[in-house]
Amino acid sequence: MSILPYIGIVVTLIIVILLARPMGSYIARAFDYTPGRLDRWFGPLEKGIYRIGGIRQDNQTWKQYAAAVLISNSILILIVYLIFRLQDKLPLNPADIGAMSPDLAFNTAVSFMTNTNLQHYSGESGLSLFSQMTAIVFMMFVSPATGIAVAIAFIRGLAGKPLGNFFVDLTRALTRILLPIATVAAIILIGLGVPQTLQTGVTAQTLEGAQQQIATGPMGTFLAIKELGNNGGGFMGANSAHPFENPGGVSNMLQIMMMMLVPVSLPFTYGKMVGNRKQGRVLFVSMMMMFIVMLSVSLFSEHQGNPLIQQAGIQQGTGSMEGKEVRIGVEQSSFYSVVTTASETGAVNTMHDTLTPIAGMVAIGNMMLNTVFGGSGVGILNVLMYAIIAVFLSGLMVGRTPEFLGRKIEGKEMKLIAVTLLIQPLLILAPTAIALMTYPNTISNPGYHGLTQVLYEFTSAAANNGSGFEGLSDNTIFWNVSTGAVMFIARYFSMVTLLAVAGSLLMKKPVPETSGTLRTDQPLFGVVFVVAVVIVGALTFFPALVLGPIAEQLTL
Amino acid sequence: MKNVWITLRTSAILFVMCCVLYQLVITGIARVVMPHQAAGSLIYNSNHDVIGSELIGQSFTDPHYFQGRVSSVEYNANGSGSPNYAPSNPELIKRIEESVVTWQKQNPSVPVASLPVDLITNSGSGLDPDITPQAAAAQIPRISKLTGLSAEQLESIVSNNTTPAQLGIFGEPAVNVLKLNLAVQQLRAQS
Repeated sequence: MSILPYIGIVVTLIIVILLARPMGSYIARAFDYTPGRLDRWFGPLEKGIYRIGGIRQDNQTWKQYAAAVLISNSILILIVYLIFRLQDKLPLNPADIGAMSPDLAFNTAVSFMTNTNLQHYSGESGLSLFSQMTAIVFMMFVSPATGIAVAIAFIRGLAGKPLGNFFVDLTRALTRILLPIATVAAIILIGLGVPQTLQTGVTAQTLEGAQQQIATGPMGTFLAIKELGNNGGGFMGANSAHPFENPGGVSNMLQIMMMMLVPVSLPFTYGKMVGNRKQGRVLFVSMMMMFIVMLSVSLFSEHQGNPLIQQAGIQQGTGSMEGKEVRIGVEQSSFYSVVTTASETGAVNTMHDTLTPIAGMVAIGNMMLNTVFGGSGVGILNVLMYAIIAVFLSGLMVGRTPEFLGRKIEGKEMKLIAVTLLIQPLLILAPTAIALMTYPNTISNPGYHGLTQVLYEFTSAAANNGSGFEGLSDNTIFWNVSTGAVMFIARYFSMVTLLAVAGSLLMKKPVPETSGTLRTDQPLFGVVFVVAVVIVGALTFFPALVLGPIAEQLTL
Repeated sequence: MKNVWITLRTSAILFVMCCVLYQLVITGIARVVMPHQAAGSLIYNSNHDVIGSELIGQSFTDPHYFQGRVSSVEYNANGSGSPNYAPSNPELIKRIEESVVTWQKQNPSVPVASLPVDLITNSGSGLDPDITPQAAAAQIPRISKLTGLSAEQLESIVSNNTTPAQLGIFGEPAVNVLKLNLAVQQLRAQS
């Protein structure tokens, strides 16, 4: 075992931590409606977009904002569904790929619009070049932009300001954040070896005299927004384990940084926007602590390797190599699996199905908690929901009306939050139980691991993550429809309820802070926040985890 | 209804930016500035025919060549993936035991205890172009015996085709099997 890969992990994390605060301030400035320096750069382009789009730059109420999100996203789902259904008749289909079935097209359209990118098809054989370059890439830009917009609107509400205009925020997320960074990243990734061509394949004469078909495509541009937007869907079936989609150690490190960039910055954006930077920092540190615990457990487990391989007389000096790539190695694969599930990206550079049971549990645990940074925008939304729960619990314990940022948290807000909190385990556990009872034949791995496969699929759908235990035969009507519905509800239900909370808090008069007010910008609050996350998460999901990964580990 | 109209119009202009301009402009830049990478890091023979890609593994069944990792897709790069065997799946252990038997047959002088684990595990993509330096070293006795090339010659081409972890700390040292076997082929043609 070498120490060098660990230095690689530490260096990556230090760079990410150093980027978080300046990036967070940048995002806050990017969405500030008062004219500033950034308008000189982006103003003319954005004005053009507003004019062509017919966007009136007025503030929306929470209902108008939520309606704009739902209507725009639904229309795009419909358009993209049609593209998938008609891809055999549309242009740019050199590989002659057939139309998607209705259930798979529904699943894929919802999956990419909800920032999930669960893929029940394989990129090489399931999508035409036209579908990849239009439907998929467009969704990969618009869906993180939607998430960021809603998060910004929610934070504005907490800060006591009007929520803003959805279409303006969507445009700004694209012009000021996603497009510029993705452009630079794409060019760097291509330089590192990611193909960028409109040819879908070449044929090679191999050394042994056989023919090898090699699929290629415009992968650099695809990969950049896949990681930066916390999308995670692969151009190829093997995702970032594919050597074209992740040619080496540096491209792997860059992908990890891109996945983390927006989620780690948003706590600082929040701190700046509500005028309480210390609180943003407390949330950031709390999440980073949880992240490091998760990472350590995963690394430890992957290093042990598989005891059954050990028993067959094989030395596993490098750790568990099944489902992993040599150039990336065990440590960077484990690191990637923790980052992709913490940031709800869903890209994989190792097959999660083959992870050692405890490392698999870390991946699934990150998605169940959904608060270890979380995805573009929706992560901070969820985190702030838990922060309000932490305030509420503390308020109950000392017998005071809980306050958050000087506004009273009352029955109406708590009801909305409680429903949001309850819908997630319902969306995961109920369909898991149904699937286990009705379609056990879709499970590919026997024993306890089979239960984990099903649990993972619905957890990934409900967390809008998109990674999978891919052994599952999931391109069936049952899986396409059920996970499609779970992804849709999980994404939009919490967006609407939390916008309602923001709308309600906005109407309240601020109460002055007294000596009895719970300070939410102190380390103690960070502890309360983590305890709230862990208790709620652990109580809900621990039994399922015992039956799946823990039982598998104990019986190896 | 107002939202529908705004969505359609805004989507049209954003589509032009995010799909048309973003992808086509970068494709153009890549083609001019980095044509080798953009096309898929292809390797050509002296007749300018494509014989593979630096980044994509090839199937080597002939024991005269260095062999790569287990691939359930048999290195058909028109697809990718792994069989997704869980650590507890009996099929995994069965496959590994079969690989060990084959190994012993082909490499009688190398004990199973020094058989590197990457040679008997399926890569994530099924297209892994690399093996570990240990896995290359373990195959040297066999190839030397079959081809008549000396162990020193083979050790030297292995080290020539080994790339260290990038920037020293990202990823792992790896030996590119296709490039290594091209060197084997060249040495055999010379001798």
